[in-house]
Formats: sequence, structure tokens, C-alpha cells
Amino acid sequence: MSYDHRRTRRLFTGLVAGLGIAASALADEPLKTCFLYSNPIGESGWTYQHELARKELVAAVGNKITTKFVENIAEGPDAERVIRNFVQEGCKVIFTPSFGFMEPTVKVARQAPNVIFLNGSGYKTASNLGVYNARYYEGRYLEGVLAGAMSKKGVVGYVGAFPIPEVLQGLNAFAQGMRSVNPNAQIKLIWVNAWYDPGKERDAASTLMKLGVDVMAYATSGVSIVTTAEEKGVYTLGYYSDVSKFGPKTNLTSIMHTWGPYYVKVIEDVLAGRWKSGNVVGGLREGMIRMAPLNAAVPADVRERFVRAERDLIEGKLHPFAGPVIDQDGKERVPAGKVLSVEELNSMNYLVQGIDGTVPKK
Amino acid sequence: MENHLITSIISATIICGTPLIIVAIGTLVAEKSGVLNLGAEGMMSVGAVAAFAVAFSGGSPLLAVLAGMAAGCAMSLLFGFLTLTMLANQVASGLALAIFGVGLSAFIGKPFESAPIGIVPPIPIPVLADIPVIGPALFNHQSLVYFSWLLVGAVIWFLYRSRWGLVLRAVGESPSAAHSVGYKVIALRYAAVAFGGAMAGVGGAFMSVYYTPLWAEGMVAGRGWIALALVVFATWRPLRVVLGAYLFGGVMISQLFVQGSGLKLDVPAQFLSALPYAATIIVLVVISRNANTIRLNSPVSLGQPFRADS
Amino acid sequence: MLLKLEARPEASQRMRYLSPLIAVALTLAGSLVLFALLGKSPIEGFKVFFIHPIRDLYSISELLLKATPLMLIAVGLAVGYRANVWNIGAEGQYILGAIFATGVALFFQGVSSIWVLPAMLVAGVLGGVVWAAIPALLRTRFRANEILVTLMLVYIAQLTASWLVHGPWKNPDGFNFPATYMFDDSALLPVLIEGTRLNLAFLIALTALGAGYVFLQRSFYGYQMQVAGQAEAAARYAGYSAKRTIWIGLLAGGAMAGTAGMSEVAGPMGQLTESISMNYGFAAIIVAFVGRLNPVGILFSSILMAMLYLGGEQAQQYMNLPSSISKVFQGMLLFFLLAADLFIGYRLRLGSNPFFGKATWKTT
Repeated sequence: MSYDHRRTRRLFTGLVAGLGIAASALADEPLKTCFLYSNPIGESGWTYQHELARKELVAAVGNKITTKFVENIAEGPDAERVIRNFVQEGCKVIFTPSFGFMEPTVKVARQAPNVIFLNGSGYKTASNLGVYNARYYEGRYLEGVLAGAMSKKGVVGYVGAFPIPEVLQGLNAFAQGMRSVNPNAQIKLIWVNAWYDPGKERDAASTLMKLGVDVMAYATSGVSIVTTAEEKGVYTLGYYSDVSKFGPKTNLTSIMHTWGPYYVKVIEDVLAGRWKSGNVVGGLREGMIRMAPLNAAVPADVRERFVRAERDLIEGKLHPFAGPVIDQDGKERVPAGKVLSVEELNSMNYLVQGIDGTVPKK
Repeated sequence: MENHLITSIISATIICGTPLIIVAIGTLVAEKSGVLNLGAEGMMSVGAVAAFAVAFSGGSPLLAVLAGMAAGCAMSLLFGFLTLTMLANQVASGLALAIFGVGLSAFIGKPFESAPIGIVPPIPIPVLADIPVIGPALFNHQSLVYFSWLLVGAVIWFLYRSRWGLVLRAVGESPSAAHSVGYKVIALRYAAVAFGGAMAGVGGAFMSVYYTPLWAEGMVAGRGWIALALVVFATWRPLRVVLGAYLFGGVMISQLFVQGSGLKLDVPAQFLSALPYAATIIVLVVISRNANTIRLNSPVSLGQPFRADS
Repeated sequence: MLLKLEARPEASQRMRYLSPLIAVALTLAGSLVLFALLGKSPIEGFKVFFIHPIRDLYSISELLLKATPLMLIAVGLAVGYRANVWNIGAEGQYILGAIFATGVALFFQGVSSIWVLPAMLVAGVLGGVVWAAIPALLRTRFRANEILVTLMLVYIAQLTASWLVHGPWKNPDGFNFPATYMFDDSALLPVLIEGTRLNLAFLIALTALGAGYVFLQRSFYGYQMQVAGQAEAAARYAGYSAKRTIWIGLLAGGAMAGTAGMSEVAGPMGQLTESISMNYGFAAIIVAFVGRLNPVGILFSSILMAMLYLGGEQAQQYMNLPSSISKVFQGMLLFFLLAADLFIGYRLRLGSNPFFGKATWKTT
């Protein structure tokens, strides 16, 4: 495609798109798409998955866009400055995938109506600010199924980071999945109060193993948990990324955050002038999360059970929080025959039966 | 079950305390010579990343530890040059070293961020490891854990039994007196500072190659500072450093066990996490109350620059 | 080596002021070398680090915004450091200031009164003072080393903030995320220049620098602090109270750090979250030293330090360098300064002259 031809096409889409995003489409250069990361990219984890998705995006629509990213920016006031810099240097679509970037994104979005903002895991929207998130808990339910089936003792460990909704939903869905296989299984829970402290995570993992767990899951960065467990032959269920390279023998599967297809869709919508703000939530069905290939250690019958549950979740026949959902104190949170509403899900602040631990309280 | 738990808690406590012991003992020797180096956190970080880089490129754990040692040592010599040769303020230089080291480690550690390396297996000591309860708790550890014990023994012998240890302490007590009887105060202090840096590097290597094992920015997570606190906590006595480190590790590990056992403590997790820090302050107060304990043990010239040839 | 050190007959006033400039120049040179070693253009690096942050009014406002907490904390620390009171836990006092100020803001949620902000300021100061009073009390009553106590209190402060935003102060409409409400407008510091984030806190910081100048350079107490720092025996002989020196030194640091904490939550943050801890308390230590423990110097060094922060961000954004390069430069700056300070008391001589044969390492 010749340069001029491309330019004409863009001019055309720009006119169709209307004033809001005309500026981006009218520009001579390709659509500048910028990413703000809160952590170093590394080799696995939340940020790493967003970076993979950025690369996927480039591979898919590379000639129509340019991308850039800035990593390791503290959540809070510094983020606002970097986002503003993005706007100043001509970024037309800005992804800020972190809850801690929500308020700064909201502030800058207010002042830059011609730029499109997408904040990952936040909840505040505006006409030029969309939020996106995934139903991670669907994957957690599947991990729970594996944990219930693979734990010989019926004692499963879970390392928590902070009790934010994503973590609590995941933990509870995990318990629901686990108890669907083994109704007597118990989760031992430790909060380490850190997303990223390999030393502490390792201590928590060793403690859980010494307390007799034979399967472990986590909501922290997790790599040191997987390596520690591999050393002791304890199964792990990964999160964020496929972490099988850290635990080739014991990592049963991982929930992978796969933002690529969504990013491609957003950019295609923007380019075509049909992007609309909103709150996008995807799960297994939409491919926003995927399960990493099962470890060879998973026997055929468990594999089958896992695949069936996965299919049911995708087809909507199974909901991780289908009633009855009973909390730790025996209170019925969701009656039989109903499923948890989105509001109830978002304000989840309790632990379900089968979890031996507490949510840090007031 | 009960025995098994006791074994586990002791074993985990020892592992948790090991980097603290190694770093604190190194710092103690430096401080005994009269030099206060607050840069442990920075030296540990650089040691951790250097060791990890070697392990990641296929070097043996021993080689990795040596690399960490060399890196920590190099950092401490930078500090030594500033404070001993250029007579700069020790507190400020140490803080600069801490900030610089943490930044530098993040900078050079970029390519190794959460890359995988192999586990260093524990070495059970024959016979001793078979003693019930105590055996597996004490005698089935990675080599650096045993090294930390040997280190403590060696430093005790050196400080209190050897001639050079006596000289080192004399330098810390009264550098001008030591100088007047012909000892090279500055050279000795350089040696002590370098030893402190080397041990901080080993402590860092333990974190990145033996303990987690991985490199991640900020993974030392304040352990260097805690090691510094331990030295004062221990009133500059090596055995008390061990006691303090295990006490600290014990509090840290027990709170995890309390959580993991599902005991319904109505205490926020942050309070439990804060316990070791609060405990350090309390012990500091208790030992400092009695002027004599501090005065008898702390090196008199600690933190003061010394100029020879007067 | 032919160069020898020789004590000056008296400390060089010229060097005292020249040394920070030498340190800055050396850091600059060092940074250019580092850029070259990393395969980046040193000129580009220089531009990104030192020109970008002052290229327009908005950039300058951001620079001053970043410098504000550093200024505040450093001037407070300088009071203590002059008297050899080593408060290295300003970070904790800063967090407590933020916590106390947030408490007031949340208490007056929905009340729009011009008194909310002053109350928050008082609370912020109080928070820092309370946190600094602990090491002061423990030092004066029990001789507990303030370096360690202030440091341990940083961790406790961070965990306290974490507990508050996860627990009692969590925004009930915030989907369980660990953050307080966004403050009402009446609890936010007014912005000085429309369209920027530079707020009243900058003026408060300038006032603090002025007050610090009067206290340190012109007041009798300030003089006492200095004597206590330089010659403990002389201070004792003159009957200056060592305890009072410790109290003033620590509380001044706490009050200023608390103010900085307040200005952060009531300024660019607009709420309390766990990311309140930005390590300003530690960076301010470098600022205080590079500024010669002198308020005028601190004004410049805090801006320089802010420049290194913003430069690091920009280096990442435009040159694809890791942002940790900021810390490397910050460390370098202090190293060079401390080394250059040697020449306040000493000078270099060519050692080849037999008359100056051996180095003379004497105090002045």
C-alpha cells in the first residue's frame, strides 16, 4: 500500500468518525498508541502480559499504528505527569493497565477530550475513557477444580496479596471449584501484604507446605512460590502468565491474562471510527483469559473433568458463583437457583466456606 | 504433627535469619573498627544482582556467591574511599551508598528481572540430621546457612582470641592510641569495611541465588537496614546478633504460621507484619536504657573520622 | 603520586560553596559518560535530563511540584543534622502527616469550609511531630539510637497507611480497592497557575525555607544547634541543653515532613492510597546535604533532585533507559559532593617539592 493511498483512507475514516477522534485520524502519522506500566516488565506477571498483548497488537495492525510504553512508573502523582506527557507527544490512544492509574487517567482524560484512554481494572469511565477487566475468577474456578482433584490430603494453600475484589473473587471462585470436586477440601490462606516481595512469598509458600498443603495457588507475583514448590514436589496453579518454565514438573496450569485480542479490537474500532467508551469485561469465552496447557502430571479423568468445566463456563452453563454460595460463617450469600449479581461480585468482602483464613478487617 | 511443626518453624526461622546474620556480622566487624557504614541495603542489592547474573549465566552457586562478595566489596571500597581517604561524613556516605546501590542494582539487573534459575539443594549433615525434631530443623540446610554459623564462630575467635582482632578493637576504641603504637589505622579500617561489604554481598547472594531464587528489583526489601539495626540490638556482640536475627526471623515466620493455621485472630495482617519492627525498637530501648551495656560494647570512635600523622 | 593533601590553615569558605557546584559538574560529566557507555547520545541524554524539565511553563510547574516535598523535608532535616541528630526516618513522618491530614479531610467530608485546609495542615504537622517525638523521647529518656528508631518507624508508618486504606478508611463505593474517597475541593490545596498542578504547598515550602533560614542562620537556638553539632564539649560547657537540641532537631524534621505528607494528599494525590510512600523522605537526605544544610542551598538542591527524578522518567520515555538511572545519578551526586568536601579543609599540593614532602593530615 502506497503512502498516499494509506493517507487517503485514513482521511476518509477520519471524516466518518466525526469530531471526537477526527484529530487522530487526520494526522499524517500512524495512530500513536501508548502504554503505561506500573512495574518492570520482567519475564512473567501482570505487566508482562500487557507487554505481550502490545506486541500482538503490533503484529496485527503494525503498519497503521506506532506504539510505545513506559514501565515501572509509581501509581499516584507521577503517573499523571507521564500520561500528560503521552498526550503532549501525540499519543492518541493511551492504555493505563493498573487500578492505581485510574484517578490520574481520569484527571488527564478530562483535559484531553481528543485522546482515547483505556484503564485496565479501574471502574471510572468517561466519554473518552473506557475501562476493561477480565473475569479472572472463571480461571480460578478451573484451578480450583484441579486443586480439588489433585490434592491427596484435601488441604490446599493460597498466598494472598491484598484483599482487593479481583483477589477475593478469585479466591472464592477457587474454593467453589475445589469444593465442587472435593466437598471436604480446605484452603489454608496467608496474606503477605505485598504484590511483589519474593522473600516473603517464599516464606509464605514454605509455611503452607509445612502446614501440609500439597497444592498451592497465589495472587502475588508468585515466581518464587512456584520455584519453591517445584523443589518440594508440591503442585502449583499459576497466575498472570504461563509459569511452567519455573515449575516444569509441578505447575499444573496457569491462568494467562491474554489482552491481545481485545487490544486489537480496540485499535481496529478506533481506526474505523466506531470506538465507544464503556466497561468491557471478558472471560474465557472472549479469550481475555486462557488456561495454559495442563501439566503431564494431570491424569486423564481429571483432564476430562477440567475440559468439561471449561467448556461449561465458556458456554455459560456453569457459573462459579451459582447458588448456594455459603460464606465462612454459614450465612447463605446466594440462594440455590440464583447466581451472584455483578454488583454483589464487585463488592465481595467475605470468604466462602472451605477457606481457613480471614479477610483483613476494620 | 506437633513435632513436625516445631521442626518446620525452627527451620524456616533459621533460613529467614541467615542473610541477616551474614550481613550483620560483616557490619559488626566494620563498626568494631570504628566505621559506621549505613549502606548495607545498597551493598546487598548489588551483591544480589551480581550473584544472580553469574548463576543465570551458568556459574555454580559458589561462583555466584564469590561474585556477590566481590560486588559488595567493591561497593564498600567506594564508601571506604569517601570516608577513610576523603574523610567524608560516614552517615551521609553510607546513605548515599544505600540509595546508589539500590538504584544501580535495579539498573544492571534489568535483563535478569524474574528470570528462572535452578534451586540450590540443602545438604543434610550426616548423623546430626537424623536426630528427631532438632536434626532436620538445624542440620538440613543450604551451605550458606552453615557458612553463617562458621562465620560467627570465626569472627568471635578473631575479635576476642586473635591478636589482630585485639588490634582492630583497639582501633575502634582509640584510633590515635593505636596509631601511636604504630598500627596502620586507615589500612585496618579499609580491611574491616571491605569485609563488611563482602559479607553484605554474600547476604545479597543468599537472597537471590539460595533463598528465592530470583532477581527482582527491590527484592532485598529492607533486610539491609534490619541487619544494621541488629548490630545495635546485639550491642556489638556476635552471639547476640545470631539471637536477634533468629528472634526477628521467628516473629516473621510465626505470624505466617498463625495465619496459615487459620487461627481467627481479629488483628489486621499489617499489625503482624509490623511486629518485628516494633520489637526491634523495644529491644533497642531496653538495651540502651542501661548506659553501661552500650558504653561497654559500642566502639568509642564509631562514626568519627580519623586523620593520621598528627 | 606527586599530589599531596595539605591541611588548609582555615576552612575554605569558597570551597564550601564551590563544592556542590563541583559535585553537580562531576555528576553531569559522569552522566554523559554513562549515556555514552549505554550507547546513547550524551547530548540527547543531557537534553532529556536537564533541558526537558524546564522547556515550558508546564514542565517547570511539574519540576517545582516534585521539588516541593523535598524542600520541605530537607529544610526540617537540616535543623537536626546541624546538631548531629540523625533523623533518617523522615519518610515515616511524611506518611504520618499524610495520614493525619487525610483523617481531617475524611472527617469533614461534605463540609465545605475554608477551615478544612488549615485544619489539615495543622493535623499534618502534628502527625509528623508525633512520629518524630517517639525517637526524641526514646533518645532522651533511654539513649536509644535515633537512626534506628526513626528507620524502624518508617516501616510501621507504611503498614499503618496500608491498614487504613484497606480497612477503616477504604472508600465504601470504591469496589473494595485500597484507597480513600477522593477529597472534596475544600480539602484540596488551591492551584497557583491555572492548568498546572503546582499548588499552594510550593509557597508553604518557600515560607518554610525562609523560616528555616532565620532559625538556622540568625537565631540563638540555631546557633546553639550548630555548636552542639560541631563541638559537643563546647556546647556542654556553654550550658546548652543536649536534650533540647535533640528534641528541636527531631521535631523540626517531623513537622516539615508531616507538612510535606499533607501537601501530597491535599495536592497531586487528592486521596490516601498505599502509593503515598514515594521515598521523598530518603531523597531529602541527599537534598539536605547537597544544599549544605542551608535553606538557600536546599532550594537549589531540591530543584536539582526533582530534575533528576523527572529526567529519569523522560529518559525512559524518550531514550528507552530504565528509570532507575535516576537513583544512580542521585547517588553519584552525593558521592561527588562528599568527596569534594574534603577540599574545604584541605588543599592539593604537588608533592615533588621536598619542603612539602609528606602529606599533613591535620584538622584546621
